[in-house]
Amino acid sequence: MSGVRLLVGTRKGAFVLTADGKREKWDVSGPHFAGWEVYHVKGSPADPNRLYASQTSGWFGQIIQRSDDGGKSWTQPGTPPGERTTPEGAPKAESNKFVYDTSAETGKPLTTHQFYDGTQHPWEFKRVWHLEPSLSDPDTVYAGVEDAALFRSKDGGKNWKELSGLRGHGTGPKWQPGAGGMCLHTVVLDPTNPKRIYVAISAAGAFRSDDNGETWKPINRGLKSQYIPDPEAEVGHCVHRIAMHRAKPGVLFMQKHWDVMRSDNAGDSWHEVSGNLPTDFGFPIDVHAHEPETVYVVPIKSDSEHFPPDGKLRVYRSRTGGNEWEALTKGLPQRDCYVNVLRDAMAVDSLDKCGVYFGTTGGQVYGSADAGDTWAPVVRDLPAVLSVEVQTLP
Amino acid sequence: MIRVLLPQHLRGLAHITGEVQVDIAGPVTQRSVVDALEASYPMLRGTIRDHVTQQRRPFLRFFACEEDLSHESIDTPLPDAVVSGKEPLLIIGAIAGG
Repeated sequence: MSGVRLLVGTRKGAFVLTADGKREKWDVSGPHFAGWEVYHVKGSPADPNRLYASQTSGWFGQIIQRSDDGGKSWTQPGTPPGERTTPEGAPKAESNKFVYDTSAETGKPLTTHQFYDGTQHPWEFKRVWHLEPSLSDPDTVYAGVEDAALFRSKDGGKNWKELSGLRGHGTGPKWQPGAGGMCLHTVVLDPTNPKRIYVAISAAGAFRSDDNGETWKPINRGLKSQYIPDPEAEVGHCVHRIAMHRAKPGVLFMQKHWDVMRSDNAGDSWHEVSGNLPTDFGFPIDVHAHEPETVYVVPIKSDSEHFPPDGKLRVYRSRTGGNEWEALTKGLPQRDCYVNVLRDAMAVDSLDKCGVYFGTTGGQVYGSADAGDTWAPVVRDLPAVLSVEVQTLP
Repeated sequence: MIRVLLPQHLRGLAHITGEVQVDIAGPVTQRSVVDALEASYPMLRGTIRDHVTQQRRPFLRFFACEEDLSHESIDTPLPDAVVSGKEPLLIIGAIAGG
């Protein structure tokens, strides 16, 4: 029987939750990397046993972990435990080395971006927010980092190289950090066009490459942000998350700081589809695995009150590609609930019926095995959840 | 033989328990101890000091013989008691956060 594996990153470690196709009984493995912040764990679509994890700490910096057995064991790529030397000499141990490109040969290296006070500030690597494995090659993986940049490894995470055309395309000096830092938090790969990559940055906006990450352009036309006086501003928008359905890769859904947006032309222009949502502030957004026009968001009261309106935790689903939304509440707390759901903390499986999952800053992971009609806690008392990914297993 | 005590999280990364011992030929300094440590445990590279700048991470401190050596030059010889192995070099995570 098929099953699912949830990969949960939290403030104090990672957890791997598994269930069969009924998705009723869950085994919990973890904490992996106990005591460390795990911003993201994601599996390779090309090899479900290959997982990548971003383990980070204010004390010890960034660590990349990799599993080749579905999360049972982990190593830092290139430095397996117990092998301090190799026939080629000591391991270089550079899986956590993220160095911004400053070479003159590879485009237009940048040294500064806009800081909170409006002055220019040098780029400083802080952590990896998001790991996006290639759709076809288990050894190729993208890393979205803070301060915002995109890196790629082609050797299973042993070495990383910046795709510097993103920072170098021209608007970099106008990018500025949001409250959570200046992070590249979203990487979306087009399943029908291997050269097309989308990323999103807070607070710069969305960008697209059509040449495998060499060159980039901002795709923010139609976004409106009240704190930006110029309605045609090319960058500066606080995009929280972008989602795509494999069957309609030209259609993108976006949860912006405020506003739920939709593009029907691969991001060239956007229009608002917030419709009847009680509030259009939020962080995650995702699309049903089998219905390209069925979209999920979790409305949050406001940018200054990061919890659900009225203390009711409600997922909203649109079956019309936006504008018309219904509240999904069965099995979710409908009083005294003041958790948040972060941008990387929602995922869908591809079973029939589609499973939907999300994690909260209160440590709960909720799952629905019927596309959101009913919900149940998968686990209740984890540390604050930073990210949720799901793998559908054969 | 130089004795080094690492914080728990770094012992976990290096898959070790208790103190670490490293051999150093030449002057025993913060730099040479961390060099030797990273040579023996490459998975620690980048965790005690930055990969590129080689600067000590701001929330880590070096202590020995009940003294904070964090602001000494990284090339200053460590105390004789550390060189002789009588005392360990302590690499300590700052008490901060939750």
